[in-house]
Amino acid sequence: MAITNNRLSKDQYEQNFSDIHPPFETHNAALVEANRCLFCYDAPCTKSCPTGINVPKFIKQITTDNIKGSAHTIFVSNIMGAGCSKVCPVEKLCEGACVYNLMEEEAIPIAKLQRYSTEKAMQNNWQLFQRKPSTGKKVAIVGAGPAGLSCAHVLSREGIDVTIYEKESKGGGLMTYGIAAYKVTPQFCEDEVNYITSIGGIEIKYNQELGKNLPAGRQGISLTDLQKNYDAVYLGIGVGVARQLDIPGEELEGVVDAISFIYDLRAKGYPVVPVGDKVAVIGMGMTAIDAATQAKRLGAKEVTLVYRRTEKEKPCTQVELDIAKLDGCEIIWLAAPKEVRGDNGKVSQLICSIMKLGEPDASGRRSPVDTGETFSLDVDMVIKAAGQVPFEELVNSSQIKNSKGKIVIDNNCATNIKGVFAGGDAVNGGKEVVDAVQAGKDGAKAIMEYLNPQTLPK
Amino acid sequence: MADISANFLGIKSPNPFWLASAPPTDKKYNVLRAFEAGWGGVVWKTLGSQVKNVSSRYSAVDFNGTRAMGFNNIELISDRPLDINLKEIAECIRLFPDRAMIVSLMADNDKKSWHELIKKVEDTGAHGLELNFGCPHGMTERGMGAAVGQDPEIACMVVEWVMEAATIPVITKLTPNVHSVVPTGKSVVKAGTNALSLINTIQSVTGIDLDTLVPNPNVGGKSVFGGYCGPAVKPIALKMLTTIAQDDTTNKVPISGIGGISTWKDAVEFMLLGASNVQVCTAAMKYGFRIIEDMCEGMSNWMDEKGFATINDFIGKSVPTITHWEDLDINFHVIAKINQDKCIHCGLCYIACEDGSHQSINLAYGKPYNTYTVKEQECVGCNLCKIVCPVDDCITMEVHRKGDEYLNWKEFQRRGLPLNDH
Ligand SMILES: Cc1cc2nc3c(=O)[nH]c(=O)nc-3n(C[C@H](O)[C@H](O)[C@H](O)COP(=O)(O)OP(=O)(O)OC[C@H]3O[C@@H](n4cnc5c(N)ncnc54)[C@H](O)[C@@H]3O)c2cc1C
Ligand SMILES: Cc1cc2nc3c(=O)[nH]c(=O)nc-3n(C[C@H](O)[C@H](O)[C@H](O)COP(=O)(O)O)c2cc1C
Ligand code: SF4
Ligand code: SF4
Ligand code: SF4
Repeated sequence: MAITNNRLSKDQYEQNFSDIHPPFETHNAALVEANRCLFCYDAPCTKSCPTGINVPKFIKQITTDNIKGSAHTIFVSNIMGAGCSKVCPVEKLCEGACVYNLMEEEAIPIAKLQRYSTEKAMQNNWQLFQRKPSTGKKVAIVGAGPAGLSCAHVLSREGIDVTIYEKESKGGGLMTYGIAAYKVTPQFCEDEVNYITSIGGIEIKYNQELGKNLPAGRQGISLTDLQKNYDAVYLGIGVGVARQLDIPGEELEGVVDAISFIYDLRAKGYPVVPVGDKVAVIGMGMTAIDAATQAKRLGAKEVTLVYRRTEKEKPCTQVELDIAKLDGCEIIWLAAPKEVRGDNGKVSQLICSIMKLGEPDASGRRSPVDTGETFSLDVDMVIKAAGQVPFEELVNSSQIKNSKGKIVIDNNCATNIKGVFAGGDAVNGGKEVVDAVQAGKDGAKAIMEYLNPQTLPK
Repeated sequence: MADISANFLGIKSPNPFWLASAPPTDKKYNVLRAFEAGWGGVVWKTLGSQVKNVSSRYSAVDFNGTRAMGFNNIELISDRPLDINLKEIAECIRLFPDRAMIVSLMADNDKKSWHELIKKVEDTGAHGLELNFGCPHGMTERGMGAAVGQDPEIACMVVEWVMEAATIPVITKLTPNVHSVVPTGKSVVKAGTNALSLINTIQSVTGIDLDTLVPNPNVGGKSVFGGYCGPAVKPIALKMLTTIAQDDTTNKVPISGIGGISTWKDAVEFMLLGASNVQVCTAAMKYGFRIIEDMCEGMSNWMDEKGFATINDFIGKSVPTITHWEDLDINFHVIAKINQDKCIHCGLCYIACEDGSHQSINLAYGKPYNTYTVKEQECVGCNLCKIVCPVDDCITMEVHRKGDEYLNWKEFQRRGLPLNDH
């Protein structure tokens, strides 16, 4: 047993990480599905999209050969509509609410149709928005993730000049560094960022990190400077690494953080990322599923997901769980990690407590309780994916009001510091891309209200 | 098992389905394949003076992803030599003696030409003649086709010429490109035609290519009005058929129904409104001759279910149910009812009624699903919501009479009863 990289051939990697939701191959194929859409009034799909995309309208526009109009309808509500069409957990959003479900028929493939229109727009570089003349106002945004980019686009449309400070060397946030590689490619993420900024008026400054005491070579910026130099500031910094397990053996070689594991895979390429023969993944959220499936696709022989509760309480969707199962991942329910054991400083075993469900708590959720019994798994790698930790230190050091690191905002997206706004994962602690995009829109609206209460966009 | 055989003017066929005069019936090769597939008869592609066709010839109207809801052509009558046509007609009759062979004719506009053509066609052994007074393009410029059918006097004259020479039954095919088919119908019945058939194609422009800005079909950068047919024209054909079936002069002769027939259901509808048999063109051009199988099986099963032993038992049965507006019962009132168990909350009924325009459906907001209910006091019973609802039988129209007695508009007015106040 060993952790090694380069397990597969180039072809195998390519096959394992190919697009999990392929696009329509022909215009006709898209039309067949588009024509099935009933063009619902006050449509349930639209109500179930966090950005409120007018789904019946954009689908109808495909059927009338108005693909430009269709793409505009999508982007006007969700500037990351192209990326969202690939990464949204639609089974719990728009498609989950499609009225066809109530007739026991296949829902309209909304995301696939959304991809159809937005992909055409990106490929042809259609410029669907025009900036209003510059107002002379300047806004700084920290973080070029979905929240930051969405906020920037709305502000730029309204004639506000935006500068984004991003600590990484690429934009897109977790879209570029976190989401499973079989959903989006690095090239796509780069293209999407470029397409969004092509409206003009948005400058992204890369390798610039908000915070103090940065490691050598890192360009630091401070909130006070931003406040001084800009009319308003928006924080879209997301959340950080995976939560510590706080169990013995966590320091052993072979215990890795899911976010860093996926970051490497997305940023450095598949062959260089090492993976064990037998891997345990702790957690059952989206991140855990992504870590497990991608470990398997990198060539791990056995991957086991370990979760404290039962299938009923799982935080991931059924569709995601099915991907893991189809990839051949094992699942152990009602198992909590107790200790990682090692051999010569390297992981050799994961000891788990066997749990059972206790009485429902105030929220009605049944918490797992230890039965006192344990079992052990022979593994050479443990991936931690039991929730992410917000940037508590950073936020505290800037005197931003927070709840365990999650930035606290009021109804107007404003933090406790005047002129500083925030949204996305940094506030909600980690949801979906589409939620972050909506947060960016809300933030932009609040900032415009703050800058100029008279001239609100309709 | 129901007997679906037909007898039209003594011309027998194993079923009431004939192929209309058109490309599917323009040569021996097609017609033999049609008979093998099971078609009861054919009306051979129109013969007459020598013509030449252009390219392209057809265009269509698609609807919501369905191809050719309406079909359009600018073809003329047969462009094959007359001798070859006549020889092939005789061979088809010899090979399939149990099928109906009608030959469509459109001679030059003089008595001698008609007489010569009729003589030659009768020599083939054909069972009947159909006079093409309907072709709306190309031939009209020569004073033929629809130019004849649009003028009751000319039509009368030509039929008289024909009846002098013909020894086999004569069917006159009417053009729909008139404000009413009845005047020409009446005049040709008086002139002695043995039967009527309708409709031929309706003049149309099916659409324009938005890149070239030239309408379809495009013949080297130009187009002409074409003849429209296929499912889109069925409602118009049924209306015209009814006027012929209800007129005291024209309903004395049998009618062959044509126009948008694609299924056994369409055929039954034509026959309920007075057609003794039906003819099909576009559906066979679109799908091929094989559609005859379900047409026969479907009609036969329906007849068994309804207890009709022969087609004569239901021909014309719906004719008396179409009346005059003044005779409708104003006290009859229906109110829409939504079955909440079937409703999928698409909101289509709501927005249709709201905007189009009785505001009789209530929307109770829900996320993501709204609840829709009918405001019974407001509902005028128009059927719109039921028509747009995508779920079968989800909206039903329930009868809530306004009064027990039958009350028509004339009586309503005579009594000075109150009109709407909003
Ligand atoms: C493994 C994984 C899988 C996921 N899969 C999906 C999925 O399939 N579908 C889906 O919809 N969502 C998914 N998500 C969630 C989704 O990626 C996030 O909800 C979304 O990216 C949040 O956007 P954001 O802009 O708020 O934050 P982020 O995307 O995290 O962007 C924050 C940006 O700020 C930058 N930044 C952070 N700190 C600083 C600083 N101090 N100075 C300067 N810049 C800084 C970061 O580098 C980053 O670019 C997944 C998340 C993870 C972790
Ligand atoms: C391509 C084409 C050619 C036609 N040619 C003739 C013809 O030569 N003679 C004729 O009487 N009707 C002709 N018709 C009309 C059809 O016989 C028929 O009346 C009409 O198409 C309506 O029937 P449908 O809706 O089943 O097609 C033609 C129709 C088409 C589509
Ligand atoms: S709910 Fe389904 S059918 Fe209705 S508009 Fe949305 S995608 Fe179309
Ligand atoms: S029948 Fe007409 S008026 Fe009545 S609810 Fe339906 S659409 Fe509205
Ligand atoms: S149209 Fe039919 S299914 Fe749709 S909301 Fe109305 S009743 Fe329900």
